Amino acid sequence: MKVKVDQEKCQGHNRCFVVASELFELDDYGYAHEVGDGTVPPGLEEKARLAVANCPERAISIEED
Amino acid sequence: MATEQMKARTEAKNGQQTRDWATDYDIFDPDYVRDPYPVWDELREKCPVAHTEHWGSSWMPTRYDDLFAIAQDFQNFSSREILVAPIQPPPDAEASPFYGVRAPPISSDPPEHTWARKLLLPHFSIKAVSVYEDETRELANSLIDRFIDNGRADAAVDYAQQIPPRVIASMLGVPHDMADTFTGWVRNLLELGLTNPELRGPARMELLSFLNNQIMARREKPTDDLISKLLQAEVEGEPVSHIHLLGTCLLIVIAGIDTTWSSIGSALWHLAQHPDDRRMLIERPEIIQNAVEELLRAYSPVTMARVTNREVEYSGCPMKENDRVLMNFPAANRDPAKFDDPDKVILDREFNPHIAFGVGIHRCAGSNLARMEMRVSIEEWLKRIPDFRLEDPSAVTWAGGQVRGPRNLPVVFP
Repeated sequence: MKVKVDQEKCQGHNRCFVVASELFELDDYGYAHEVGDGTVPPGLEEKARLAVANCPERAISIEED
Repeated sequence: MATEQMKARTEAKNGQQTRDWATDYDIFDPDYVRDPYPVWDELREKCPVAHTEHWGSSWMPTRYDDLFAIAQDFQNFSSREILVAPIQPPPDAEASPFYGVRAPPISSDPPEHTWARKLLLPHFSIKAVSVYEDETRELANSLIDRFIDNGRADAAVDYAQQIPPRVIASMLGVPHDMADTFTGWVRNLLELGLTNPELRGPARMELLSFLNNQIMARREKPTDDLISKLLQAEVEGEPVSHIHLLGTCLLIVIAGIDTTWSSIGSALWHLAQHPDDRRMLIERPEIIQNAVEELLRAYSPVTMARVTNREVEYSGCPMKENDRVLMNFPAANRDPAKFDDPDKVILDREFNPHIAFGVGIHRCAGSNLARMEMRVSIEEWLKRIPDFRLEDPSAVTWAGGQVRGPRNLPVVFP
């Protein structure tokens, strides 16, 4: 599983980072980016789904293996 | 609530007048201010974009998906006016030294909005606002110290209202004893002044004079506060104009005070009436972040306006150029099409993409600061006062209009 933040849509609500700081990082302005290539380590799938569900901008997508 | 019941209620209140909320809504109606939820439920169902001719033509969407769509469409829906009641400038406005001061980036559209927002964002990141967490905690405790032995307090006046202006004062590097003055200015600008220009004009002038002097002083002698940092900032190699900076400082004061104070107050109003929720937060402190989001969803304080750039037909509504659109984010956050059991406060709710801070390019720049203040205020209150209730539910008063929250909230505790 991989997560990806659409940089055009992210408005820096930071909800993904609060839910799953293992999977997302923030730049100086608060815009989010997936950590590394977005690969979700085993056991964090639920957090990835929560991050998608709570993003008010619908900016995060999941690519299932 | 059925239309007839709603009409009857308004009729009883106003004597002969009957209000149809779909075509004649009034956000200042005292019943609506106290309890807007039945109106939103009915509108979402029957006329999801309501209209009124009060204070010029304006429209009010109430469904989540409509709020989302309009907020994203900044080309048709401009932020150059953010208040629903048009403010008539005084005849001598152009003579004022502060003529033309706005509140960027909340009052900006792209392209100005883009750089004006970038100027502010680094100072309101999670990391940047965490610097103020310890002092917010100390502040909360020092407020509680003043009333804990009395067995009662006004949780709005003595607590919620006291916190945001002091945090903002710290950020701007101005003395904490300015806090009550800030609160007075902000109320006269945005709460009482929204419908009363006599209060609004002088408050605006005094606040801008104060901020102007602060900026001039930092130019002479920079410190490490936010005003000094904004003075050092450059946009495309140029320093930011004085008038822009003054507007941004104005925004920091007016956007960060009654909004957050309303949220903290609404949270305590809820907790005062829900012992199970108090217990849940005390037994499971790790859910505090979810709880803050849920309280923001259920009691979203802020409704901003947009103004149409051209004639727009949205969802069958013929909007004229320069019509206002009242962005009812609070109603969106109770939309049953988006949230299960929307009227139920579920502090550990996991699916909660609320838009209390707006959505799209104008997402509240201070959202991390507001969340920190809410979290700390609730945590410290519950540590010291785990058990409390409303002293007299009928003594609770609410401010409405575009920022909704309790203004008097008497509570008692053993």
